[in-house]
Amino acid sequence: MADLSGMRFAQTHEWVMKDGETATVGITEYAQSQLGDVIYLELPAVGQQLDAGARLGVIESVKAASDLYSPVGGEVTEVNAELKDHPEYVNQDPFGKGWIIKLRAVKDNPKLLDRKAYDAFVQGQAH
Amino acid sequence: MVVTAARTPLYEEHVRLGAQMTNFGGWVMPLQYSTIREEHRAVREAVGLFDLSHMGELRIKDEGLAQRVVSRDVTRLRPGRIQYALLCNQNGGIIDDVLVYAMADGSHLLVVNAGNQDGDFDWIRGQGNESSSVLNVGREWALIGVQGPRAVGLVQRLTTAELGNVKYYAFVEGSVADVPCVISRTGYTGEDGFELFCGNADAVRLWRALLGEGQSDGIRPAGLGARDTLRLEAGMRLYGNDMDADTNPLEAGLDWTLNLDKDFIGRDAIVRAREQGPSRLLVGFKVLDRSIPRHGYSVVSDGERVGTVTSGNVSFTLGYNIGMAYVPPALAEPGTPLGVDVRGTAALAEVVQLPFYKRPHPK
Repeated sequence: MADLSGMRFAQTHEWVMKDGETATVGITEYAQSQLGDVIYLELPAVGQQLDAGARLGVIESVKAASDLYSPVGGEVTEVNAELKDHPEYVNQDPFGKGWIIKLRAVKDNPKLLDRKAYDAFVQGQAH
Repeated sequence: MVVTAARTPLYEEHVRLGAQMTNFGGWVMPLQYSTIREEHRAVREAVGLFDLSHMGELRIKDEGLAQRVVSRDVTRLRPGRIQYALLCNQNGGIIDDVLVYAMADGSHLLVVNAGNQDGDFDWIRGQGNESSSVLNVGREWALIGVQGPRAVGLVQRLTTAELGNVKYYAFVEGSVADVPCVISRTGYTGEDGFELFCGNADAVRLWRALLGEGQSDGIRPAGLGARDTLRLEAGMRLYGNDMDADTNPLEAGLDWTLNLDKDFIGRDAIVRAREQGPSRLLVGFKVLDRSIPRHGYSVVSDGERVGTVTSGNVSFTLGYNIGMAYVPPALAEPGTPLGVDVRGTAALAEVVQLPFYKRPHPK
């Protein structure tokens, strides 16, 4: 697995990984395990501007429809087109081929958690 | 007040198998063991194993009482046979949907929905003259479902009962894996298979024997998630979702469960409703785009809200999204276009005949 030490997490269970000007966003392993079988994603158009914490789309699993929030602000440059035919990638590899969107000109969001803080947050939610 | 969800005798088995558990009808039940998609497919293509011990069982010893509370003519049901039927209130509203088993001793066993078990029991007892004529035996019995094209072969290898003689909606008493059972050829998945009733103390032994013997068949334990996607494809109504005490059987498309030439509670109201004609009907629909319909979403036609979705999900078997909804009778014909309001956008849908899925070679 790639080095995920730079990954940051929102309390709404999205992750963001910055690489220069580009940030990749997905949902966490915990989120996919709670959602169960993902069957459809409603995603923003390329070019759309998102603020940190704004609703970026909807993820549908067999169980329920859930909102997705952008952990950082920026312009959508790409959505993961593979998910249209393979939404199950979000379950199988949420930190890899199950990524959801990419953003450009990202502003840092100081409220995001690092891995350790996020894991502790999830532990707290589970009990 | 702390309400603790009840555990079935198979609770520890589910935990050991790594199931994600959920509360349903007052019970803590497996939602899924692997993924809903895989469990669904196993039932359609091989065999799935279900813990259904949350279902309630009521024994009615007074045939007149059974006849009064059940929508079908139980006197025409021969011992060893089973009917799907309804319990209705005075207004013709559906209190529960049940399976009625005609037992050899002349009594009737009602298999009822988990969450309705105590309410049904109190209500039926309230209609009888003697409180001793109804027994609530649900908590003494476990129920294990074995469903799928390989289910009959699997159960046959574990019993000396001749299962070829047990027709759909019939049952026999016998032993499976040396566990005394009621072997019932019924299910809630659209597949062939059995539901096995046994004493709580034997449930783990029976479960393990089926899971072990079924390995060569590709058996998978399956949870409530797959049970719901399977029953929806088969067009089977879910009590509480697709019908409730404010729904009459005609609206729910369950006319075939009514024997209106005998007296039962709710009959007169249903006859009156039939004369007036229903104001809404439950239909099946398929969605023409990728949107997922959900319980409670509005159905729209010509920009107006005309109905409500009661169930909806992806159909793993058919490869598109399906649902059931109440709509005005004028919009109930197959082929009628409908809109489903999905987060403010009207997704295009079309009324289709129920069931959505029929198994290839019904026996």
